[in-house]
Amino acid sequence: MTSRDRILQQIKLNKPAETLLPQTTRFDSLYENTEDKFIETLTAIYTEVIVVKDLAELVRKAGELYASVVNRATTIPALADWADFSLNDPDPHALELIEIAILQAEFGVAENGAVWISDTHLPHRALPFITQNLAFVIPRNAIVNNMHDAYERLHDTTGWGCFISGPSKTADIEQSLVIGAHGARSLVIFLLEDA
Amino acid sequence: MSKTIIEHSVASETFNKDEPYVDWHDETLWFVRQKRDKSSKLLPEWEQLREVASGIKNYVLSHMDELLIAFEQKAKENGVRIHWAADAAEHNEIVLGLLRQNNIDKMVKSKSMLTEECHMNEFLSKNGIEVIDTDLGERIVQLRNEPPSHIVLPAIHLKKKDIGDLFHEHLGTEAGATDPQYLTEAARQHLRDKFLTRRAALTGVNFAIAETGGFVVSTNEGNADMGAHLADIHIASMGFEKIIPTQKDLAVFLRLLARSATGQPITTYSSHFKRPRAGQEMHIIIVDNGRTTQLGRADFRNSLKCIRCGACMNTCPVYRRSGGHSYHNAVAGPIGSILAPNLDMTKNADLPFASTLCGSCSNVCPVKIDIHDQLYKWRQVLVKGGHVPQAKEIGIKAMSVVLSQPRFYQWSGRLGRSLMRTVPFVVNNGMNPWFKQREMPEPPKESFRDWYIRNRKE
Ligand code: SF4
Repeated sequence: MTSRDRILQQIKLNKPAETLLPQTTRFDSLYENTEDKFIETLTAIYTEVIVVKDLAELVRKAGELYASVVNRATTIPALADWADFSLNDPDPHALELIEIAILQAEFGVAENGAVWISDTHLPHRALPFITQNLAFVIPRNAIVNNMHDAYERLHDTTGWGCFISGPSKTADIEQSLVIGAHGARSLVIFLLEDA
Repeated sequence: MSKTIIEHSVASETFNKDEPYVDWHDETLWFVRQKRDKSSKLLPEWEQLREVASGIKNYVLSHMDELLIAFEQKAKENGVRIHWAADAAEHNEIVLGLLRQNNIDKMVKSKSMLTEECHMNEFLSKNGIEVIDTDLGERIVQLRNEPPSHIVLPAIHLKKKDIGDLFHEHLGTEAGATDPQYLTEAARQHLRDKFLTRRAALTGVNFAIAETGGFVVSTNEGNADMGAHLADIHIASMGFEKIIPTQKDLAVFLRLLARSATGQPITTYSSHFKRPRAGQEMHIIIVDNGRTTQLGRADFRNSLKCIRCGACMNTCPVYRRSGGHSYHNAVAGPIGSILAPNLDMTKNADLPFASTLCGSCSNVCPVKIDIHDQLYKWRQVLVKGGHVPQAKEIGIKAMSVVLSQPRFYQWSGRLGRSLMRTVPFVVNNGMNPWFKQREMPEPPKESFRDWYIRNRKE
């Protein structure tokens, strides 16, 4: 008998009597203002949130913010001129040179400041991690209350997706918080009004 | 693996020699516990969330085989290859086989307590494979040739200076440097080089979803993602109990996990893997290694509900004052002391006794495992099975004789009180294990029972 069959057979023999799933599995978080909560949560985890009126303002703000940075990449068509790094290379190792990436994310979660990003909008899964600095653009009206709402929205994931909440961090050296462990050293979130 | 095991009581005695260090260790972990408290208080539905999480996990225990079969089928449809391992040895062989097939002799790994449980690094290294741990804390203990001392905070037992010295020796940082920012930067550069040059990456699995065949890996550093997305082959190792029924259940568990672990509302990265990227191979190894046995032990099966948040360790007064290594098991602390005897009763008979049974662990556990009750039950199983050293056994037997006979209890109490008053050195000496680390109390003049009888008459 294979290990698979033996394990499954043992489980069948040893498992406890049937229990049912809990009736309630979701809760409403009622924040007075979801956007305020989202921004408050992100500020506490070293993430700047910038509200921009339209794509033109996004282009202007991005230009200002990352004026001196080279090796810029983006998945936002309106920023194509701003970017100087092509994402066409099929080898993710080539991304090692990227200093800043501005990427489309799908929505944010107020309770924990996470944004959902998936390979629907990404040419490379490694991109949000390997870039030195990171910015996301999400529509201003795409902020949900909590994780229950988030999964209602997700329903099913694509090949890969990730909740990202703040820049990479570690506290492994005597519990001192250090920003920038392996992933992005900084995170900015642009909330786009007219999406 | 063949290292001789030092009993918890002996190891913790060594740990306790440096008092300021023990105080620091104790306070550091208590600080993490307090962060958990603050964060949990911000959610009015916290207790209900725990109840729901526990309920989902009960369902999982009672439908384990069906959920695993559904998961396997979905994952295969997604293009992921599934392997089953009955024990640690089979798990390790599967990993080695996959690497050999791809002519790979170097691999990066993100934190996985299961591979610690399987002693995989040692095995692979004996077979000529270099494994680099990429979580900063794990890398630190790996360079020191030690196992992690905590499941969430692997290097929590070390001070800045220890890490500065270590990095000076291995990563060429300046002698005497202790700045965490500087040291982390050195590790970042060192590990970035590994991420960019390794063709295989192994990760753990926090949750596997039967409904979608996908799995979730949570980190704060982003190391699991850096490894997996750059490598040609991604191997994910999971204990079979990591399965949950549906994707929306993740909401419940992700809300609880980081808040219980470090007080964060969620970990920085919660990566949902479902299909390999184009040109990549993705493998999942589903491991038993004693879990089916534990599932069959009615008193202990609830331990399989654990989501490895570490809250029970941070709150445990014994863990905080004895350190993770004194538990000689991949998973230390209260939950580790329940899991370890399942693997080997003789080697781990001491661990369920490394607890005050104060119940704090059960109070913080996000999936409501009856941790302290299980520890108490293990003690009885181990004593009955003859796994407990004589001295402890005699003590327990004497205790049960005393406790089961009311008259004898009264008499021995009176004798004890008068002994402690008149000849205190009889109890306050090294022969009495209770005297270690403790001041024996001033004995009361009369027992509660005598007091009660006297006062009721009055
Ligand atoms: S037993 Fe509970 S508290 Fe301890 S690590 Fe597991 S889930 Fe966390």
